[in-house]
Amino acid sequence: MINLETPNKFRGFVAQAHRVAAEFMRANSRKYDLAEHEYPKELDMLAAVVDGMGDSGEGQGAGAAGVRRAAETGTAVRNGSNMASVLSVAETCWGDVGLTLSLPRQGLGNSAIASVATDEQLERFKGMWASMAITEPGCGSDSAAITTTATKDGDVYVLNGEKIYVTSGERSDAVVVWATLDKALGRAAIKSFVVPKSLPGIRVERLEHKLGIKASDTATIMLDNCRVPAENLLGDPEVHTDKGFAGVMQTFDNTRPLVAAMAVGCARAALERTREILEDAGVDIDYDRPVLAQSAAAAAYLQMEADWEAAHLLMLTAAWMADNRLPNSLEASMAKAKAGRVCNQVTLRCVELVGTLGYSEDELLEKWARDSKILDIFEGTQQIQQLIIARRVLGLTSTELR
Amino acid sequence: MSKGLAVLNRIASMPVLDRLNLRHPSEQVAYHGARVGFRTAGAVSRGFRRVPGRGAPVRPTAAPTTGVFDLTPTEDQQMMVDVVAEFAREVVIPAVEKAETALDTPADLFTQAYELGLTLTGLPEDLGGLAAERSATTGALVAEALGRGDMGIAASLLAPGSVATAIGLWGDSTQQATYLPAFTGSDVPAAALAVAEPRALFDPFGPRTTARSVPGGGFVLDGVKSGVIRGASAELFVVAATTDDGRPALFVLESSTPGITIETDPSMGLRAAALSRLVLDGVTVPAEALLPESITSYADSVRLARIAWSSLAVGAMRAVLDYVIPYVKERKAFGEPVAHRQSVAFMVADMATELEGARLATLRAASRADLGRSFAREAALSRRLCTEYGMKIGTDGVQLLGGHGFTKEHPVERWYRDLRAVGVMEGGLLV
Repeated sequence: MINLETPNKFRGFVAQAHRVAAEFMRANSRKYDLAEHEYPKELDMLAAVVDGMGDSGEGQGAGAAGVRRAAETGTAVRNGSNMASVLSVAETCWGDVGLTLSLPRQGLGNSAIASVATDEQLERFKGMWASMAITEPGCGSDSAAITTTATKDGDVYVLNGEKIYVTSGERSDAVVVWATLDKALGRAAIKSFVVPKSLPGIRVERLEHKLGIKASDTATIMLDNCRVPAENLLGDPEVHTDKGFAGVMQTFDNTRPLVAAMAVGCARAALERTREILEDAGVDIDYDRPVLAQSAAAAAYLQMEADWEAAHLLMLTAAWMADNRLPNSLEASMAKAKAGRVCNQVTLRCVELVGTLGYSEDELLEKWARDSKILDIFEGTQQIQQLIIARRVLGLTSTELR
Repeated sequence: MSKGLAVLNRIASMPVLDRLNLRHPSEQVAYHGARVGFRTAGAVSRGFRRVPGRGAPVRPTAAPTTGVFDLTPTEDQQMMVDVVAEFAREVVIPAVEKAETALDTPADLFTQAYELGLTLTGLPEDLGGLAAERSATTGALVAEALGRGDMGIAASLLAPGSVATAIGLWGDSTQQATYLPAFTGSDVPAAALAVAEPRALFDPFGPRTTARSVPGGGFVLDGVKSGVIRGASAELFVVAATTDDGRPALFVLESSTPGITIETDPSMGLRAAALSRLVLDGVTVPAEALLPESITSYADSVRLARIAWSSLAVGAMRAVLDYVIPYVKERKAFGEPVAHRQSVAFMVADMATELEGARLATLRAASRADLGRSFAREAALSRRLCTEYGMKIGTDGVQLLGGHGFTKEHPVERWYRDLRAVGVMEGGLLV
């Protein structure tokens, strides 16, 4: 039966995530925006709470690891950990995107591990904070072009290369590194490796100074003859040229709805605050009266809220499909594409609507407008999502539509 | 020849007279020049015999909810949608060209559509309908499936059912007993829900059409309604008018009531819906014409109409996408299919994404109505999305075909015209 409301069983959990977001995230938002690279120590306590919720089952399976596909269990419609994860990420990002990204043990690397690890690996990497290293100085969206190499030497892989834009790269315990076993074999030879930072040969080179999400550290990581145990390779170690990129790319089907959730949360923060300020200024926003018969500010607001609604529902749909074991590459990319662009447009427009008040550091609106830009870039830019959607919808291969 | 005779000569030569069955000399026919087109009296109503109702009116019950987020239609809904989708493919689409030219929907389509139960989806079983409980979602899914065939024909086929739904939701037991049997029987009357008025920035919450109370009971209605679906054929109207206390409400008017005039009002699109204006000039009706619950539920009537138009738009948006995908893969430029170019492919990607977002928002609004929850916000947002992206998809559909899209050789120009209606129409349909 068609029902697009937040599932009943997650209501309490979402309310709890919202309180956490208000007290731990929003309350420290400006502090760590101004103090870039300072460790947000308040999050340690929060992370312990999140871990506890996860272990007790109260967390409904949400979190970075919530993207793991459940085993087949019956035919009933499920609202599972994928949906719990997007709902909770949307709440914490309503609080603060940068701080959400800095939550210990909730890194994108953790999602990657959850997506493709074997049960044995999952157990072995439990409790580890893992960040994700794909981008290199010479390649961003074109992740098939990565040059970091992994060379088998007995029971280890030797990794060499430079990775940039590693979120939580300094704070994490390990980095999930994408490297190629053999450049000549193309995408199929790209594998991901869990590289503990305690190993010799991996080091943090420097941290970026950024436009937004300053609470989150963004590191450059050097791999210099770093010897990684062979059992740290995630997924299948064999190179299947016929399967192409499938292994590592599967991560994205699961993490893109999470990034959509970040955008949904951040945009909602801006919309809510803007509405309060507009209403204080005497703007009446009416859902029933025709938009064009209302003030321009009200009309602009309603258009933004409509776009937000679409992004929100696309996000829930992608997560729902994952929970019900339906292939969701298309929907995950649609959610990411729509939410990413909507969040960026909405946060920027909100600053415009609120004027110098919104532009000032007195309000968080200007911060959200800086934070939002990355959400239309990382985990696949807007244009990469459009490419994926177009190939799927048109039924074209990556050689036909490049 | 005198001027008057010249006018009569012109009227006599117009084929529309045959269609409207107006050649009989006893019918009033007046020609008011190019601006208003034809003015005729309302269609001859069958004379609905007043049947006193017993006790409280029958109302649909709110749908039960499992509390689970779910995008799967119920089995009944899926069956209905499958049948309607097939009807749209096999019957509606082949009839479009003829309907566009004739400025009306061919008669045989109504017979077939009503056999499928199209007038019954919004009515509870106790009123002879098909709905076990409130089913705006079913209405939305059916409208979407029909809209994928043709928005104009879909509007024509759904308008009588919408009037029945309005009487079912907001009428008293006498109104239900008097009018609904005609809609659940085999000879379904044409009927129209008239809300919009022909002026810029029209607000359905402040219609200028008035319903003044008269001493001794009853109302006198004055005003002009536009976007009236098949007004010239309609035997029954449900009309939005402002009452003496300044609040809008809905009134049932039989088409033979003196003071009713219909003007044909051919518009940019929805040609098969035979859009008309309904001119009310001192139309006197008894007190029972007021749908009593429409006073408190008026806002819901506006919202449910918007969901219906959004649903039709979602269907038409899908039709555009279905059409342009094979086209851009076949059409070659610079030695390869145009789909191989990102500027083309990304337009298609955005069409698909926005269509999905608009569809989900529309279904959310409808499902909230079924659950008995507030849906003002959701109906408004779905309308915004369908207005904005429906038109974007309409115009991009033509753009992707280039000059070919501008000609009548391809249907994209029709969807372009039809999709402009979404943000414009108020009333007319209900889910």
